[in-house]
Amino acid sequence: MKVLVPVKRVIDYNVKVRVKADGSGVDLANVKMSMNPFDEIAVEEAIRLKEAGKADEIVAVSIGVKQSQETLRTALAMGADRAILVIAADDVHTDIEPLAVAKILAKIVEEEQPGLVLCGKQAIDNDMNATGQMVSALLGWSQATFASKLDIEGDAATVTREVDGGLQTIKVKMPAIVTVDLRLNEPRYASLPNIMKAKKKPMDEKTAADYGVDVSRRLEVVKTSEPAERAAGIKVGSVDELVAKLKEAGAV
Amino acid sequence: MAVLLLAEVNDGELALDATAKAVAAAKSLGDVTALCVGATAAAAAEAAAKIDGVSKVLCAEDAGLGHRLAEATAALIVSLAGDYEHIVAPATTDAKNILPRVAALLDVMVLTDVSGVVDGATFERPIYAGNAIQTVKSSDATKVISFRTSTFDAAGEQAAAPVETISATENPGLSEWVEDKVAASDRPELTSAGVVVSGGRGVGSEENFAMIEALADKLGAAVGASRAAVDSGFAPNDWQVGQTGKVVAPELYIAIGISGAIQHLAGMKDSKVIVAINKDEEAPIFQVADFGLVADLFDAVPELTEKL
Ligand SMILES: Cc1cc2nc3c(=O)[nH]c(=O)nc-3n(C[C@H](O)[C@H](O)[C@H](O)COP(=O)(O)OP(=O)(O)OC[C@H]3O[C@@H](n4cnc5c(N)ncnc54)[C@H](O)[C@@H]3O)c2cc1C
Repeated sequence: MKVLVPVKRVIDYNVKVRVKADGSGVDLANVKMSMNPFDEIAVEEAIRLKEAGKADEIVAVSIGVKQSQETLRTALAMGADRAILVIAADDVHTDIEPLAVAKILAKIVEEEQPGLVLCGKQAIDNDMNATGQMVSALLGWSQATFASKLDIEGDAATVTREVDGGLQTIKVKMPAIVTVDLRLNEPRYASLPNIMKAKKKPMDEKTAADYGVDVSRRLEVVKTSEPAERAAGIKVGSVDELVAKLKEAGAV
Repeated sequence: MAVLLLAEVNDGELALDATAKAVAAAKSLGDVTALCVGATAAAAAEAAAKIDGVSKVLCAEDAGLGHRLAEATAALIVSLAGDYEHIVAPATTDAKNILPRVAALLDVMVLTDVSGVVDGATFERPIYAGNAIQTVKSSDATKVISFRTSTFDAAGEQAAAPVETISATENPGLSEWVEDKVAASDRPELTSAGVVVSGGRGVGSEENFAMIEALADKLGAAVGASRAAVDSGFAPNDWQVGQTGKVVAPELYIAIGISGAIQHLAGMKDSKVIVAINKDEEAPIFQVADFGLVADLFDAVPELTEKL
């Protein structure tokens, strides 16, 4: 079985986000960028499937600016076999919407015929939580979102999902789209030899136009602003003082 | 202009708070028709009919719609979509599972976790773990939206609106339900509780979490947790508060042994009063806390529970 893993280049989760003064967006120039953490979990799961003999090839795909090739190299260094870079924007500030990403991915799925697409459940930049569900819709495939456990047996996958009430287990027909949650696994770090090896692994370069997909936005960004700041609070010296302050504030 | 609102139905029962908050958010967009689906949904439909602002309820009962599997529910919504300009739901994990699928089938973008309505096409939503608020204007014919419940007050009650029964569309049969693991609890629901007491890695173990729960019970509060506490097995996944867990905005939030990473703050910084108890006076949680107590939680929490 071939596994397709889409990966997104996003601001590193440790970086403090700065909104640009002109309200046009978040400043991404000269900021540390990394693979979306959920996508790392997806890559890791694909590698574990391969190690378990359930997958034989892992194809990583990234759609965005040219620099996304660094993200793909990371996926290759972790253990993906080859990569497809789809250039869909020139400016690092351009975020390709999930619908357009899903359309491109659906075309790639038609070409590559994977048995499974493993996506991160959300990207930590736009926090949309949509791409996997959209790919699944466009392909008419089954979907299992927010996976914390994945078991593939024959032509079905049993997936435990993290939902508001706790955990839900469902069984989906393969081929399927699975979006992964935080507790599915702990992604490995790429070793130095593997980083070196990854440089020689194949990476195809395409454009959105190659797939005939229009990536223009459906949601025009009117403005981007800072969230409301909280007024500074105080430190209390003891539990008694805390109780008194809470009573004063009418909070208890 | 009309709005189709997917009500939150769990095992035949309406999740009133989440649904009523979404109704409040959707009211200004047009006439709201609530859709209740499930293996059983009649009781939920009756309850939804009484939410102020709902002008009609559609009720679809079918075994294939049980457990809100995305494929069947999305197919039903798409079959109804032609009559509506907005298709909305509270931003629960169910809606997050279903709505993007609906949007893609309609060839429109989805607007998830919307925190503000500017007009019928323009909405605000948090991005980057709430570190920025983006205002976006949709050019799509149908707007598919999930509303972040923590930023809207629940709509009140009204005399019941009419309920109409509709049939399910053909089930694509792509997935089936196996089991739910839901812990029964007498505590209030995390996303609607007036008080939330959350524990982090500093609590140290599942056994020690009993201390957090004792304080919560004293206050009639819901219990929350940081990702680190959930990852370490101290607390179940549905207690996680944050960017990728639940978003809460109670009257009082007490963070205990939680450092205050941005991903955690994303889920609680709109709380009215925030209390932090942490032994590290440099912990970032103190930057958002109204009342900070630098102390060992193993001393402070039992004392606080006793003195409240
Ligand atoms: C993609 C992604 C998504 C994430 N989503 C979330 C999310 O939704 N929610 C979330 O919470 N996190 C999330 N995180 C994780 C987040 O970055 C932090 O790692 C996490 O919130 C830390 O949890 P913590 O504060 O409990 O642990 P720590 O950061 O380890 O803090 C523990 C705190 O306890 C204090 N402490 C220890 N012992 C005591 C004691 N005896 N008395 C008093 N204080 C004590 C310490 O001083 C410290 O401040 C996410 C991370 C990523 C990468």
